[in-house]
Amino acid sequence: MAEVISMADVEATAMRLGIDLSEVDFDAIKLPPGEDSGIRSDDDDLLEEDNLEFESGFGNVIVVDNLPVVPPEKFEKLEGVIRKIYSQIGLIKEDGLWMPVNPETQKTLGYCFIEYNTPQEAELAREKTNGYKLDKAHIFAVNLFDDFDRFMKVPDEWAPPETKPYTPGENLQQWLTDEKARDQFVIRAGTDTEVLWNDPRQLKPELVYRRSFWTESFVQWSPLGTYLATVHRQGAAVWGGATTFNRLMRYAHLQVKLIDFSPEEKYLVTYSSHEPSNPRDTHRVVLNIFDVRTGKVMRDFKGSADEFATGGTGGVSGVSWPVFRWGGGKDDKYFARIGKNVISVYETETFTLIDKKSLKVENVMDFSWSPADPILALFVPELGGGNQPARVSLVQIPGKEELRQKNLFSVSDCKMYWQSNGDYLAVKVDRYTKTKKSTYTGFELFRIKERDIPIEVLELENKNDKIIAFAWEPKGHRFAVIHGDSPRPDVSFYSMRSAHNTGRVSKLMTIKGKQANALYWSPTGRFIILAGLKGFNGQLEFYNVDELETMATAEHFMATDIEWDPTGRYVATSVTSVHEMENGFNIWSFNGKLLYRIPRDHFFQFLWRPRPPSFLTAEKEDEIAKNLKKYSKKYETEDQGVSMLLSEQDREKRKMLQEEWERWVLEWKRLHEEEKAYRQMLRDGEASDEEEEYEAKEVEVEEVLDVKEEVVSYEFEQE
Amino acid sequence: MRPILMKGHERPLTFLKYNREGDLLFSCAKDHTPTVWFADNGERLGTYRGHNGAVWCCDVSRDSMRLITGSADQTAKLWNVETGAQLFSFNFDSPTRAVDLAVGDKLAVITTDPFMELPSSIHVKRIARDPSEQTGESVLTIKGPQGRINRAVWGPLNRTIISAGEDAVIRIWDSETGKLLNESDKETGHQKTITSLSKSVDSSHFLSGSLDKSAKLWDSRSLTLIKTYVTERPVNAVAMSPLLDHVVIGGGQDASHVTTTDRRAGKFEAKFFHKILQEEIGGVKGHFGPINALAFNPDGRSFSSGGEDGYVRLHHFDPDYFTIKM
Repeated sequence: MAEVISMADVEATAMRLGIDLSEVDFDAIKLPPGEDSGIRSDDDDLLEEDNLEFESGFGNVIVVDNLPVVPPEKFEKLEGVIRKIYSQIGLIKEDGLWMPVNPETQKTLGYCFIEYNTPQEAELAREKTNGYKLDKAHIFAVNLFDDFDRFMKVPDEWAPPETKPYTPGENLQQWLTDEKARDQFVIRAGTDTEVLWNDPRQLKPELVYRRSFWTESFVQWSPLGTYLATVHRQGAAVWGGATTFNRLMRYAHLQVKLIDFSPEEKYLVTYSSHEPSNPRDTHRVVLNIFDVRTGKVMRDFKGSADEFATGGTGGVSGVSWPVFRWGGGKDDKYFARIGKNVISVYETETFTLIDKKSLKVENVMDFSWSPADPILALFVPELGGGNQPARVSLVQIPGKEELRQKNLFSVSDCKMYWQSNGDYLAVKVDRYTKTKKSTYTGFELFRIKERDIPIEVLELENKNDKIIAFAWEPKGHRFAVIHGDSPRPDVSFYSMRSAHNTGRVSKLMTIKGKQANALYWSPTGRFIILAGLKGFNGQLEFYNVDELETMATAEHFMATDIEWDPTGRYVATSVTSVHEMENGFNIWSFNGKLLYRIPRDHFFQFLWRPRPPSFLTAEKEDEIAKNLKKYSKKYETEDQGVSMLLSEQDREKRKMLQEEWERWVLEWKRLHEEEKAYRQMLRDGEASDEEEEYEAKEVEVEEVLDVKEEVVSYEFEQE
Repeated sequence: MRPILMKGHERPLTFLKYNREGDLLFSCAKDHTPTVWFADNGERLGTYRGHNGAVWCCDVSRDSMRLITGSADQTAKLWNVETGAQLFSFNFDSPTRAVDLAVGDKLAVITTDPFMELPSSIHVKRIARDPSEQTGESVLTIKGPQGRINRAVWGPLNRTIISAGEDAVIRIWDSETGKLLNESDKETGHQKTITSLSKSVDSSHFLSGSLDKSAKLWDSRSLTLIKTYVTERPVNAVAMSPLLDHVVIGGGQDASHVTTTDRRAGKFEAKFFHKILQEEIGGVKGHFGPINALAFNPDGRSFSSGGEDGYVRLHHFDPDYFTIKM
């Protein structure tokens, strides 16, 4: 079992053993063959996975040292004391406490072994009682049995490390060099995980790589698309490569639940929460931050779930993911988390708090990073029944100076939305009406890049409209809002610039009565999908915001997810297994033309592979946009070629199928003819086999229904 | 043309059958009375009263004189088509499921469900020309496959019996000896219960529909898989056009889920596929429950569908149907 050993623990152990870690050359430690220190080699994988269920090592055994040495008379008493201490932490196995005795003197040896049911309990026991003072002379030294084993086996002789010849790795960016400039995506359906090319010309996806049971819970692309991360019980792993997906690195973290990459994919945060052995305790939470390339743990955080719960005093409890939010723009410089009355900002050079202390903000409720700059926006709710106003402030990191602050009154809640370049920040403020019975919503718009960060207040025309969704145009200056009442809310578009004045927000358009509850801007801006998911059964409207006109309306019945490809050329809508029926995904062009649909049962995930930012300069991009005709020519001829080829292939295929079928029919006809005589016999000589035309003859049938004799009196004749 | 809605059953439809001339349509439903209709205008001609349970299947003789029906009341009955009089009742110890008359109408295959420890079985009965001489004796009884047998039909020249059911395997039996001759491949064959089976006019090939959301076309003699038609819903019923290279596939969401979702989610359409290209041609909407039964008129100019909703819908094709280009 690969136990989670933090750097701090290693340091503590080293201290205890009197080793100066800085003097130890870790690379020099060479393990004897066959010993792997509990770190699995990749080949062990298959064996591993099966054996996991069994308790093979001694991971659940701890060794307690520095116990008093007692004669046999006192043995039982000491045992009782130890048992009392350690059974508080977890359930000791039957016969799980063993204190060896010197056979000559009959005295104890000053240490004992304790076996728990689970390694987690053992780990906890070590954490809690290492350094426990029984009395002045006896301070417990507690270690995991496995650790002993491991450190004992370090060879005495120093062997020079082998210098491995440099072998260049695979080109992890190869997918970007696709000749047809296609994009990749990953899907998870049933037990299979597949990476596919989106091939809109062929109107179908092309398989790149498929693997069953690739992940135990979900997969995730790294933010620049270099890696695909999978999550397993033992930890997370990243995969990538030129044409096949090889495992590049694994990150041991037992029972990892959630993972998160830093924006430049240098670091990976993993998170797990563990059931407490004592039901009165809260869950224990373990977070590790790994260096993605080396796989080293850069920093770990452990604690109870309460410590990692976000929100101020009155806030919602429970850990909200991601616990650590990455910020500071490029280079993954800072990450931060919110605690009670503090925001802790760490920097990644040393993985310690900036200035060694957290940012103290009484009652802070929420914060968010600017996507481009090291600026934090934080929200503090009203205090003292409105005596102290709520406020939103912008804080510059690492200086921690407040750039701008805005006080707000009678606020019930705030939500912050950053524009993708960090140019603007929109704060959606829900305020109480005078009676405090209901709320209404307004926006505070910050212009980050302008001098003194001017703030503008935007209120909707109808103040009482509920805000259903808000979204900034990526890299743009516009935003869209869905407001009003379900089932037919309105959608409005605003621009941060007005026609003559760049410093004022202006409304572009309101479209009334749309069945929409979600907004999906194209990553390149300009186009937006107004989507009615869930209750609206998957209504889609493809809207061009430049022209302010609808390009297409469509429906992907029951759609649950929508995702633009990173280039903004295609859109994927999918129905995941939250619904029983209709699972699968559709691929659309940006203007709402359905390209193809792939139904898959038990469909879980659809993710486009992200692309790193373009290397082209803004001028070059403008130039291309201007001369689009010239550039697109090449692609148009290619498109034509492909469609020619496709129709040719299709014709071929049809011809083949037709011919094959005709062979069958011929054979059947022959057999049918052969069997004719016999069939005739079966039908008692009735010849008609082929349905020869029969003539409809009209036959009059007289049917005697009833015969009755009646005596009729002929009286008048008798007369 | 506007479909004709035939409302004569009070319970879900189970089976539809045209007679050879295509002027009569026989329908079976979970109510106890098989019904005969004019296939042209949907006028109800009459019913066959006598069963005491759901009627699962029927077949009509070549001369349209005799009708045989199989019912959950543990009997299969022979009827006079014209008068509606019951001619004979084959009694079994478990519900009967499928019935099929052989070429020449002298033999009938009847399957019974597994019931109270009894395994499912296939019975071959002789049908006497004169009903007064009819006996209930079995010529042959085949036992073996696990689970219900949903369909059993005669192979070419009555030499074989083709059966399919819950275990998703299609089997070909020797109709003389009862020996198992051939079995469909587990890999390429159906993955879930086979619900329906429909023969071509000359019995040379047949189409099977399964809850695994596909229909498959097989050679009746060699049991070679020829085509697969993939749909988005469990398949309850299949039929082949005798005129064009079309197959029609019906089904839908499981009846117990119907009320929980949107009508569109159920996929209660009858879907037309091109028989050779395996491509979808179109669909006919209308039922508000899964389609349980489909049948083509022998002239290929109309078809009828029967649904869980209790309706039979009779569709006469518009002229442009016959000019569809694929």
